[in-house]
Amino acid sequence: MVAETIIKTVNLNSYFGSAQVLKNLNLTIYKNEILGIIGPANSGKTTFLRALNRLNYLDAAYSQDGQIFLAGQDITNLSDTILRKKIGIIFALPQVLPVSIYDNVAYGPKVHGITNKQAVASVVENALKKAYLWDEVKDRLALPAPKLSGGQQQRLCIARTLAVEPDVILYDEPCSGLDPISTAKVEDAMQQLKENYTQILVTNNTKQAARVSERCAFFLMGELIEIDETSALFTRPKDKRTDDYVSGRFG
Amino acid sequence: MNAAKTREKVAFYILGLAALLVMVPIVMTILYIVKNGIGAVSWQFITESPRNGMEEGGIFPAIVGTILLIIGTMLFSLPPGVFSAIYLVEYAKDNTFTRLIKLSVVNLSGIPSVVYGLFGFTLFVVFLRLGTSILAGSLTLAIMSLPVIITATKEALETVPASFREISLSLGATKWQTVRYCVLPYALPGILTGTVLSLSRAAGETAPILFTVAAFYLPRLPRSVFDQVMALPYHLYVISTQVPNMPMKRSFATAFVLIALVFLMNLVSIILRAHFRKKKQW
Repeated sequence: MVAETIIKTVNLNSYFGSAQVLKNLNLTIYKNEILGIIGPANSGKTTFLRALNRLNYLDAAYSQDGQIFLAGQDITNLSDTILRKKIGIIFALPQVLPVSIYDNVAYGPKVHGITNKQAVASVVENALKKAYLWDEVKDRLALPAPKLSGGQQQRLCIARTLAVEPDVILYDEPCSGLDPISTAKVEDAMQQLKENYTQILVTNNTKQAARVSERCAFFLMGELIEIDETSALFTRPKDKRTDDYVSGRFG
Repeated sequence: MNAAKTREKVAFYILGLAALLVMVPIVMTILYIVKNGIGAVSWQFITESPRNGMEEGGIFPAIVGTILLIIGTMLFSLPPGVFSAIYLVEYAKDNTFTRLIKLSVVNLSGIPSVVYGLFGFTLFVVFLRLGTSILAGSLTLAIMSLPVIITATKEALETVPASFREISLSLGATKWQTVRYCVLPYALPGILTGTVLSLSRAAGETAPILFTVAAFYLPRLPRSVFDQVMALPYHLYVISTQVPNMPMKRSFATAFVLIALVFLMNLVSIILRAHFRKKKQW
């Protein structure tokens, strides 16, 4: 694998008020890999994801120091709009807007200035195809999105993120509310997206991380304990705490 | 077990009775006004100017005046009210400045309407030299309507789930795009309710228009926004207390028209709201 760096964090510290949530994080993420991030609750996984596209700042109490680089560029030089267009996120629970399937996906392209109806339509179709949802919804694009099943809604969210053509997709426990079959479909979609996108998957489900990711990071109490090839992390962890977690002794 | 059942019954009847009691004054008022006023309401009464010391003819100029004042009030209060609420909920950070604004809104709603009248008179009529005019009256009523509009809009915006904003922002939309497409459409029914409520109140107010716009007797239509007009609530006050030998049924008929006007506004808002609700899917 040619390891081209796409995201790099340097001494990243995050705080909500006076509580430190991420501690001196140095992490490198390679282009087109699927990086799994595992760890017990309150280990800073979600905060790390949301630091990458600055969503943390929606909370007025949030602050951070250190640096984050996207393709070699310090992200503080990018506007929120550009940064979030490049780094999309899928939330834990399927979050669809209460409008039609079509309008959910079309929203992103529209706010980024695509006004031509045919252009929007083709973006929507492509995005739905890539998210493996097109065949299930192509005849009912005008249906209100909340009427879809949970798994379909989550794939709709993936399509919505794909429609703004990001480089990186963040998944924040994307399958925590889904049944096993829907989960499998979301994981299939992730595998197919590997060719063109870098994906970071935060999950509470260590088995999912083992199934899907190529490399895996273990977070504990805001610290990066260990990062390695997934197979290595799960079979020969170097740190005792990682060993305890992946073998199910705590967490 | 039996005692609990009895208490349940007692509670049910007391609560139900209280709810029923609420209806009594409103039903009585409307019935009383309709009963005493409907006889004097005719096509003439609605479409003609008053004649013969207001004892004959109609109240057309007062109806037009009140409608003009409602429109003027809406123009002057809706944009600043809704915009400032959007600013407070979506943009403002929690600091001394915004807390001061919120405090002002709360206090503004506690000021008696006659004080608004006096304030409007000194500021708009005298200081800004607008004279007693539709403009001065609308501005005075607008200031009085602001707190209700701001509060209602704020509450409507706050009930829109935070996740809508997060989705929109996470896709790289700007703050304004987020507000415009993912928040406002869902807050609209609530904003509408608050606006109509405050405009209905403005339509029925006497004190704020007393010094700023209302004419005692002006049996013609206004020619510009700098004209005085007759207005229904003030006309009602005039014919009920200031004109001797005025037949009571004319007062009741005037009250009936005023109530009908307010009711009509509420009806429009109910229809609009039902229309927007259909779109609501969360």
